[in-house]
Amino acid sequence: MKVLTHKQELCTGCLDCELACSRAYFKTDDPNYSAIRIVENNRTYRARKCTQCGECINMCTANAIYRDRNGVVRIDKKKCVGCLGCVGFCTELVMFYADDLEVPFKCIACDICSKACPEGALEILVSRVKEN
Amino acid sequence: MGTIIKDYSYTPAKIKRGYSGKSLYINLSDLRIEQKEITEFMKEKFTGGKGFDLWYLWHAVTPETRWDSPENEIVMSVGPLGGITQYAGTGKTLLCSISPLTDIPIDSNVGGYFGPLLKFSGWDAFELQGKSEKEILIFIDGNNGRIQIEEAEEYPEDTHLLAEELTKKYAENEDDMVNVSVVCSGSGAKHSYLGMLNFSFYDPRRKVCRFKQAARGGLGTILHDKKVKALVVKYRGVKPNLNDAADISTINKVGVKYHKEVHDLDHKQNKMRQIGTANTVMIMSQYDLLPTRNFQTGGDPEAVKISPEVFINEWLTQGLHDGCWYGCTMSCAKCADHFLITTGPYAGQRVTVDGPEYECAAGLGANLGVFDPQAILEENFYCDTYGIDLISFATCTAFIMECYQRGQITREQMGGLDLRFGNSQAVLELMHQISRGEGFGRIAGLGIRKLKKIFVEEFGADPKLLQDIGMEVKGLEYSEYAHKESLAQQGGFAMATKGPQHDEAWLIFMDMVNKQIPTFEDKANALYYFPMFRTWFGLVGLCKLPWNDLVPADNYKTDSPAKVPEHVQNYVDLFNAVTGKHIDNEELILQSERVYQFQRVFSVRMGKGERKDDYPPYRSLGPVSREEYLSRQELYDKQLRELQKLDPETMDLDEKIAATRRYREDQYEQLMDAVYRRRGWTENGIPTPERLKAIGMDLPELLEVIEPKL
Ligand code: SF4
Ligand code: SF4
Ligand code: SF4
Repeated sequence: MKVLTHKQELCTGCLDCELACSRAYFKTDDPNYSAIRIVENNRTYRARKCTQCGECINMCTANAIYRDRNGVVRIDKKKCVGCLGCVGFCTELVMFYADDLEVPFKCIACDICSKACPEGALEILVSRVKEN
Repeated sequence: MGTIIKDYSYTPAKIKRGYSGKSLYINLSDLRIEQKEITEFMKEKFTGGKGFDLWYLWHAVTPETRWDSPENEIVMSVGPLGGITQYAGTGKTLLCSISPLTDIPIDSNVGGYFGPLLKFSGWDAFELQGKSEKEILIFIDGNNGRIQIEEAEEYPEDTHLLAEELTKKYAENEDDMVNVSVVCSGSGAKHSYLGMLNFSFYDPRRKVCRFKQAARGGLGTILHDKKVKALVVKYRGVKPNLNDAADISTINKVGVKYHKEVHDLDHKQNKMRQIGTANTVMIMSQYDLLPTRNFQTGGDPEAVKISPEVFINEWLTQGLHDGCWYGCTMSCAKCADHFLITTGPYAGQRVTVDGPEYECAAGLGANLGVFDPQAILEENFYCDTYGIDLISFATCTAFIMECYQRGQITREQMGGLDLRFGNSQAVLELMHQISRGEGFGRIAGLGIRKLKKIFVEEFGADPKLLQDIGMEVKGLEYSEYAHKESLAQQGGFAMATKGPQHDEAWLIFMDMVNKQIPTFEDKANALYYFPMFRTWFGLVGLCKLPWNDLVPADNYKTDSPAKVPEHVQNYVDLFNAVTGKHIDNEELILQSERVYQFQRVFSVRMGKGERKDDYPPYRSLGPVSREEYLSRQELYDKQLRELQKLDPETMDLDEKIAATRRYREDQYEQLMDAVYRRRGWTENGIPTPERLKAIGMDLPELLEVIEPKL
């Protein structure tokens, strides 16, 4: 399974990761289109992003969410009907949506943000554990 | 397979702000297909859904029309909010027709994909009139703008086989199956007045067709009489804003908020996602509301055998999405997978059983004295696939069983069937007989009103007793709530326009448990507000369950928790966001009242919307028999003392029963007076011209009906 991890002690809150993500997928600098969100709490920075837990797979009302060969949880855009059920059901609050999109979006552990991070705070972990 | 006898092309209308603006008319007698405009007048006065249905039906029929007259129509419409995907419960279709049980308009609401896909195919409403000569099916292809009528003799009859075959026939591949929805009935609809309509949706995880039912009032019987075996719609490409909403942002916001509420609270509240509506069986039994052995009592120690835990742990598949339309995170449409059938034509086969819903567990379970989950599931399966309304079947069979128990009919008169309470094998055999049109099955499905006549005239039964214990009003069987201790609910059932179904009002807890509506005026207010509010769901295409089967965490702090104010606001916001209009809570009630009063006048026009038609059988109000009185003697004695200042010690049992009856019948009369006043009706139950004028419904055709009755 592939999952994005974040080392809080290295993060300076520069938000380069958010920018890299929103630019790569939605060609915008608007952080509301990023699948990773850095939240500040007393000068420490926590990253909100998908844990690839897979809870959203069985709840999807259109059977559009699946785990791919790399263990990454993904949305099949052809099947998704934009009900936003998964957005309300993600305990981590990391299934995101925007009003001009027909399908929600989430982190797919693609490595773009970790490459953009100047501090090396983000890393894709690959484990052999298969879930769901 | 069958020969295509009509091929019609059309350009699918684009939906604007929730309406396609077109309705489809098919006449089966001469295979005429026409398009009609949905006018601004219709939107203004009738909103959509049931409103459109009733308006079309009104113009199709005359006071002489009966259910099997060729001019009778089945009309369906999904309403302006129908088909949005972002909120729970947004795919409900409303159907209306003149019912074989009641001879007045029936309305029935149903999930499944048909209604929304029909609208996306360009049709806000669909009228089916006339009668076909040969058995046919109608296929609507919403992507290509095509309607085909095809001969359908050789297709199977029962729903689970027919829907699967048709879904496969019209889908191009496995992924395409979700884009097909079938409406059909089953063999039971042929030989009974209890025929219902199954609306399918394909379950891509289980790879089977699932069903929701437009159950009440004999719609399946009418479809069969019209010789229509199935309606099929296909539409590929469901997307979040096919309704062309004015404000998608609000819809998204309200939707996500609601989904999160379901996620955070459902497991602490009603567990709709685990068990669906059957979650209430034990609560009902504890509060004396679970109708048991034909509503004689309100519960039974054996009810634990059919408790939610039993179904969750032993029968129902958990953890999969079970919504009857996209976006329904309430997901109450549970099912038992790989269920082994033991009787009838499908014995030995493993099937998926949709249910049991509360009505099923209560009706086919407790009300028949059956406390066996496996038997209930098999009865559930056969009702569905045979196309039999399980509520009417259950209440009707409970009546038959009590008639037998009390010696009013004999085993020989039932063709040897031993229909004792608790005998599930006999119940199943009765269903099979209805399906085959044999034996006692030929009359058992005619409904209680007709059975009372047959039992009295042909079997010599006691008419007074049968009147007291036959649980029907206007010809429709009661749905499954015992309610002897809730005067408001007695009115909610018996004064319901179409007949005693709880979808107009469910006031038992408010009235009996929480004692929030003590006076006649309070009860009348509740019997005004709730029927109006609940009518609204059927105008716009929504399911009621997400309204109050889940409530916000702080709902109890609001002024009127029973109304769930935050959810009402959600609905106002959703309506405005889709249509671009600006309604508020009051306008919402007004939209409903227009249709509500219209339907009442429609019933008057068909000969059944007056005071005389709003009386319940005494079983609804109080204890008919000695055993019933004795089962709650302490309570009834106390009521004699406190409410009537009588001394039960000096009275014998029959005197106590008679005094209780006099009191309760009088209370009911007083309730009627209060409710009629509040609804703007005359003492005889006729909507007044002043009231119609006040809500903008003083249409000449309505005034013409009521004037002679004033
Ligand atoms: S989006 Fe949420 S629910 Fe889905 S896999 Fe990621 S963390 Fe889990
Ligand atoms: S928004 Fe799409 S992916 Fe999420 S639950 Fe709805 S259909 Fe499934
Ligand atoms: S709550 Fe149940 S009945 Fe209502 S729409 Fe959802 S799944 Fe269907």
